[in-house]
Amino acid sequence: MLTKRIIPCLDIKDGRTVKGINFLDLRDAGDPVELAEAYANEGADELVFLDISATEERRKTLANLVKRVAEKVNIPFTVGGGISSVEDVDILLHNGADKVSINSSAVKNPDLINELVAKFGSQCIVVAIDAKRIDGMWKVHLVGGKVPTDLELFQWAKEVEERGAGEILFTSMDHDGTKNGFANETLARLSTELNIPIIASGGAGNMEHFIDTFNEGKADAALAASVFHFKEMEIRDLKKKLQDHGIPVRL
Amino acid sequence: MKLVIVNYGAGNIQSIKFAFKRLGYDAVLSDKAGEIQNADRVIFPGVGEASSAMNKLMASGLDQIIPNLKQPVLGICLGMQLMCHSTEEGNTLGMGIFNTDVIKFSKKVKVPQIGWNQITNLKSNLFKDVKENDHIYLVHSYYAPICSETIAISNYEMPYSSALQKNNFYGVQFHPEKSSKVGARILRNFLEL
Repeated sequence: MLTKRIIPCLDIKDGRTVKGINFLDLRDAGDPVELAEAYANEGADELVFLDISATEERRKTLANLVKRVAEKVNIPFTVGGGISSVEDVDILLHNGADKVSINSSAVKNPDLINELVAKFGSQCIVVAIDAKRIDGMWKVHLVGGKVPTDLELFQWAKEVEERGAGEILFTSMDHDGTKNGFANETLARLSTELNIPIIASGGAGNMEHFIDTFNEGKADAALAASVFHFKEMEIRDLKKKLQDHGIPVRL
Repeated sequence: MKLVIVNYGAGNIQSIKFAFKRLGYDAVLSDKAGEIQNADRVIFPGVGEASSAMNKLMASGLDQIIPNLKQPVLGICLGMQLMCHSTEEGNTLGMGIFNTDVIKFSKKVKVPQIGWNQITNLKSNLFKDVKENDHIYLVHSYYAPICSETIAISNYEMPYSSALQKNNFYGVQFHPEKSSKVGARILRNFLEL
């Protein structure tokens, strides 16, 4: 049976992890490679690296990091952040990334999705969507949720699927950082109306939230950062709990 | 041992190279017929769209070389599919090593299948020390139905071939290079066949 995936997300700046990280057993908690290995050993199903660097060197630094991760880590990983061209994607995949995630660049130039899918295949193109509810309507936002657009979430998500994306990573800006649970009603609607996998993001605070997003939110995967980084829960314990609740996981 | 990964411009071959490196083996990337024919083991990868991958293979002439190899050959993902008789993706004729056609999952399930599924009915030394129901990582929209060459089964929409074997030819639909310890064991087994 296909299992539900648990995906830790690592924020990267200039080749280092940025959020405060509470892994006491690591020699260098800022080293994304060491952290990635630790998560893989704990039972993470995939990893997402979100690059937030803004230097001119960023492309080269990120490519280097991707190669180091690919050398060491034996589970799939996705790289996102600032990817805006076929060439960007080519470099990352060539260095060993399994998937790339695009966000603002897809909104600004939707044809980019088609170009990437034609060149690299649906399986490695994830479209990340950040959205926020404004006057009862879910509006897509850019630049890490700072800039609103006119795009309506469900319409945009369907267009993304039609253009060939393999997966959608949906972050609710209303839930992100609250630790009050995922946007399950919206996730369930995405999951029902679309026929590609949906990754839930934003709002994870405890294990019940994960149970709910798989059961009520019908998510195919759940992504979180701080609950894992600060060791508020161990991935293995979380997966055992999910299994106890009848949710298929890889243990 | 000389290990060659067929490099025909289709797929994430770095990951496969790194996976063997973690096992202590240096794999060579090659598109040269002689080098591939002289290898002890051949890996035939593939990611992307079937017809364009098959066109690349035909342009290099490797579609005539691979079916005649005598050493153990392991096709991975799209590589496995191109070793089959045909695939619905782009109405592509494959190399016909495995006597089955590859077809698309229906809309009853999410397509592509992405994630960790289980393998069962394990029938080959390729799965030595791998347990029934162990998990492997897959990403695919097309599948090979169960046939006489099936050596492992996964279930998505219906049971299908997660691995195929005919003589010295092996094919896996999943990505052993991304399937954690289970995948590493399968790659090691392939080297020890």
